[in-house]
Amino acid sequence: MTFHLTTRALLLASALALSPAAWAETPADTLVVAHTIDDIISLDPAQSFEFAGNDVNNNTYDRLVDFDPLDPDAGFQPSLATAWEVSEDGLSITFTLREDVTFHSGNPLRAADAAWSLQRAVKLDKTPAFILTQFGFTADNVDQMITADGNTLTLTLDQPYAPSFVLNCLTANIASVVDMETVMANEVDGDLGNAWLSTNEAGSGAYVLAAWRPNEQVQLTAYEEYWQGAPEMKRVIVRNVSESSAQRLLLEQGDIDVARNLTPTDVESVAAVEGVSVQDEPRGRILYMGLNQKDELLSNPAVIEAMKHLVDYEGITGSFLKGQFVTHQTFLPLGYLGVLEEQPWTYDIEKARQILTDAGIEGGTITTRVRDLREYIDVAQTLQASMAQVGLTLNIEQMTGAQVLDAYRAREVPIFLGEWGPDYSDPNTNAATFAFNPDNSDEAAAVGLLAWRNAYEVPAEMNEATVAATLEQDADARAALYQDIQRQYQAEAPIVPLFQRIEQVGLRDGVQNWWSGGAISSVMYRQVTKGE
Amino acid sequence: MALTDPTGAATQPSRRRALTRRRARSVAGTVLSLALTLLGLLLVTFVIGRVMPIDPVLKVVGDRATQAQYDAAYIAMGLDQPLIVQFLSYVGDVLRGDFGRSISTGQPVAQDIARVFPATFELAALGTFIGVAIGVPLGVIAAARRGGIIDQIARVVALVGYSMPIFWLGLMGLLVFYGMLGWVGGPGRQGILYDGMVPNVTGMILVDSLLARDWAAFRDAFSHIILPASLLGYYSLAYISRMTRSFMLEQLSAEYITTARVKGLSERAVIWGHAFRNIAIPLVTVIALSFGSLLEGSVLTEIIFSWPGLGSYITRGLLSGDMNAVLGGTVVVGVCFVLLNLFSDILYRFLDPRST
Amino acid sequence: MSAMTRPPESRRDWLLSDAPQTRRQARLGAIYQGWLTFRANRLAMVGLIVLVVLIGMAILAPWISPQNPYAQNLANRLQPPSAAHWLGTDALGRDILSRLIHGSRITLFIVGTVALIAPVIGLLIGTVAGFAGGWVDQVLMRVTDIFLAFPKLILALAFVAALGPSIGNAVLALALTAWPPYARLARAETLTIRNADFIAAARLQGAGRLRLLIRHIWPLCLSSLIVRVALDMAGIILSAAGLGFLGLGAQPPLPEWGAMISDGRGYILDFWWVAAMPGIAIFLVSMAFNLLGDGLRDVLDPKGDKS
Repeated sequence: MTFHLTTRALLLASALALSPAAWAETPADTLVVAHTIDDIISLDPAQSFEFAGNDVNNNTYDRLVDFDPLDPDAGFQPSLATAWEVSEDGLSITFTLREDVTFHSGNPLRAADAAWSLQRAVKLDKTPAFILTQFGFTADNVDQMITADGNTLTLTLDQPYAPSFVLNCLTANIASVVDMETVMANEVDGDLGNAWLSTNEAGSGAYVLAAWRPNEQVQLTAYEEYWQGAPEMKRVIVRNVSESSAQRLLLEQGDIDVARNLTPTDVESVAAVEGVSVQDEPRGRILYMGLNQKDELLSNPAVIEAMKHLVDYEGITGSFLKGQFVTHQTFLPLGYLGVLEEQPWTYDIEKARQILTDAGIEGGTITTRVRDLREYIDVAQTLQASMAQVGLTLNIEQMTGAQVLDAYRAREVPIFLGEWGPDYSDPNTNAATFAFNPDNSDEAAAVGLLAWRNAYEVPAEMNEATVAATLEQDADARAALYQDIQRQYQAEAPIVPLFQRIEQVGLRDGVQNWWSGGAISSVMYRQVTKGE
Repeated sequence: MALTDPTGAATQPSRRRALTRRRARSVAGTVLSLALTLLGLLLVTFVIGRVMPIDPVLKVVGDRATQAQYDAAYIAMGLDQPLIVQFLSYVGDVLRGDFGRSISTGQPVAQDIARVFPATFELAALGTFIGVAIGVPLGVIAAARRGGIIDQIARVVALVGYSMPIFWLGLMGLLVFYGMLGWVGGPGRQGILYDGMVPNVTGMILVDSLLARDWAAFRDAFSHIILPASLLGYYSLAYISRMTRSFMLEQLSAEYITTARVKGLSERAVIWGHAFRNIAIPLVTVIALSFGSLLEGSVLTEIIFSWPGLGSYITRGLLSGDMNAVLGGTVVVGVCFVLLNLFSDILYRFLDPRST
Repeated sequence: MSAMTRPPESRRDWLLSDAPQTRRQARLGAIYQGWLTFRANRLAMVGLIVLVVLIGMAILAPWISPQNPYAQNLANRLQPPSAAHWLGTDALGRDILSRLIHGSRITLFIVGTVALIAPVIGLLIGTVAGFAGGWVDQVLMRVTDIFLAFPKLILALAFVAALGPSIGNAVLALALTAWPPYARLARAETLTIRNADFIAAARLQGAGRLRLLIRHIWPLCLSSLIVRVALDMAGIILSAAGLGFLGLGAQPPLPEWGAMISDGRGYILDFWWVAAMPGIAIFLVSMAFNLLGDGLRDVLDPKGDKS
């Protein structure tokens, strides 16, 4: 008996599923994005430092200065601050704030909120805090150094930094302005609202956080009272879809509007599909090869030089990284002040072999750890193959990102292959980590610096030049300083920038003004429109 | 993952004897041993978490943290305490229903599990349903017409099921049925139109949409679940049909069947009325086991179908050193497994006519 | 009694003799009988042949593979099957056929090692538990339950993550997660044998517990274990492939089949062969093991699921 019943149920069920159902397109006022968002740990702007978390905050909060998503090349623009003035001695900057802005809670946004937000970030001292504390703010002095008076806010710096440096840092996520009253109402055990803000939002941005289901979905709804006008997309849904093939199928079927993690082959095919187009956007991330100077073989200058010629730049960017990375051999990303466009190295096995032979190096074996991401593993394997041709054996152990990072911070990765993303839109963000390492000893534990992680003893004059560049007031002179640093870096550093990331976004036709944040920022939705 | 048979049910007689012994034990003894198993499970998971070379602190503070920030987080997470203190305080919290906070979602683990478990449960339940609905009749018929064409087909179907890498089959199924034919919904549990439209009661969207009498939402959810559930169902089918066949063969060769045949009962009555009724209890055990293994074994399916379930939750937690998430998830899987075992034990104890 | 007094018999007759004259003849005869039963099962023979081919392939890999499995050619990547590359090339332009052939060594290594370790652990724990009874049984079975209740793939993942990713550790992890069912099985068998008359007889003759365990109980548990192992092999290959798929098995550039599927999944929509070829290989070998296991069951464990 059960047999008959269940057969019927099954038939019924399959009829339901298999009848030619027309899955409707996404609604006209809703933007549906497929993205890998499983890296969100916290949505507190004082803490969030992951790509997907910053993507959310960039839309739910405003900052004093910000980028125009329709003209990002223009650099930082007035946002909550309408104007700013640098004092004669360069030690203080005073901002004038708009007075017509309200938070999502309905509270007015005052200069006091802005000052408190920055003070809060410094006091919480979470990972991104260095973006602010590098100007001399500490938990003890920040109440005096950052002050609000009426509709103005004054920053007092410990040195006369280049104003562009300071303002670029204020475009960073950590400088987001939060609603003091709402946050403090949710404070627990003096945490300045950190626990609450990790899963909630108290901003004034164009979107309100409607829901966040970790590893699953983020939902944003338009803030109708937004001071720059309510955004056209009333709902933005970001779904976590980790497989590129799944994102592609969803995009082709019209179940999503935007696919952000397509592999090169999927991009190629999706571009040929009617109703879908692909937009290229250079991002700030640099894929580089770090040669650990604790390794005897790798600290030999000849080996460093040879390694630069063992990377098949064209082969890699022409095949498995096609369209998603371009060859880029300097540590500043394209789009940054002072970026060097020279590309001194080419793939040349013979030259590498000659360099090694001249230095009397017969061969050697290196065992390294690589993060288990397809791109990195493939790059590592091509490197493995070309190293083998000159007598160097490379053993690869693939591990999770957390494991590799752990070893890297303990200076235990002989050849690091991975990406570095800038933390704010000023050249110092990369210079201060690639080309700055005042104390190379183990005890210094400068775990945040790439140079230290690779045990690269940065020459004293390069350290000094990196600091001097942050104080140079004239923009052109500053650019020239950075170019000098990069040239010297290319000549001798054991950290070898290889490629810069290009984000290839698959868009349904009709989606306009999409901006992923370029090399300098995070995604912005408020300017996006959908035709017909 | 292919289904394996964790109790060694292949040798029925010996197994039954073991179960008879177990039947004799008091309920209190069973409960005690369950508690011990769970405690052991916790301990093993906890130790794994502590010996894993994945640093949970780094997950919290991220790539750029300074040593001072790292140390602060290390102490805040209580990792400076002796292991035994950490373990005891964890067990104490669990007993009070507090599974701690996940470091990779920033939310309480209990809340996370309340979200991901129904997703997995729904998938495994439908998969088992498919496996039973097809596997049992297939197994019975294969046994009744032993060596016949249905038997051969059943055998091939089962062996193919045992031999197919699920992740490959899943990717191919998605490509064909969603990408090319458009018969089913894509990855994920729901279409975007229906997301959040049905009030969340059980967390199982099929059930919730039925409760809300929202047929469109039900249809949408069904179109999303049917492919991954069929895939799991196939594995379950392969296992269940083989076991059914084997149980039936054992019964059909028994004397009472011969007697029944001699008495002139129809073949249909012999098979369904007599033999099948007698395999019901071991069959329920097999089905419970199969359900249990789908609950824990659907990690790869979940990854491929962007299914926000328990398997991918635990795996992700494991790979990011998020031990609260892993511990919480493992406890839930362990409790399910133990309850399923208990359930089949009780069935034996109260329903098996020979036990009285 | 000498051979001269009897008509010359064929080797077959000698093996099938109803009245074996030596222990050796009896034993060989039994094996031959089993072989005949096995051979009659055509599907099982297919399984056996596939496995023999696999072993041959693994042994001869360096000589029969058309190309170097590690030789990259980025200009020639993702080529469909052709005369030059029978099964096409992968994302780094490597010949898939050559990689599959070399990968058979890894597969055999995994299967062989797990098949050696897991049942042995299971046999030890299960028989000791069943034979000793009492608190030893209780403790060992609780431990077995704990491992049984643990999500298997996750336990394997944890082991690999803790030990570091490599093919050897993956095998170890699989073996450590695969033993509990064997322990249960061996314990159940032991319980049925323990009180058998011949055990009591052996005990009367003064056999020690250890001797009873090794000489009398283990051999009787073996046949059901062997059947079980053959049937589990497919699951082990698939689990290993699953670990490879998650990047925790063999390390690049080793051509492990699961890792090859993982490599190919990014290309599955346009370049189906990259993932499909190793998928088919895994399928064929698991299928062969299943068929073989089915056949072995007929021979070794006739009371079980006969086909």
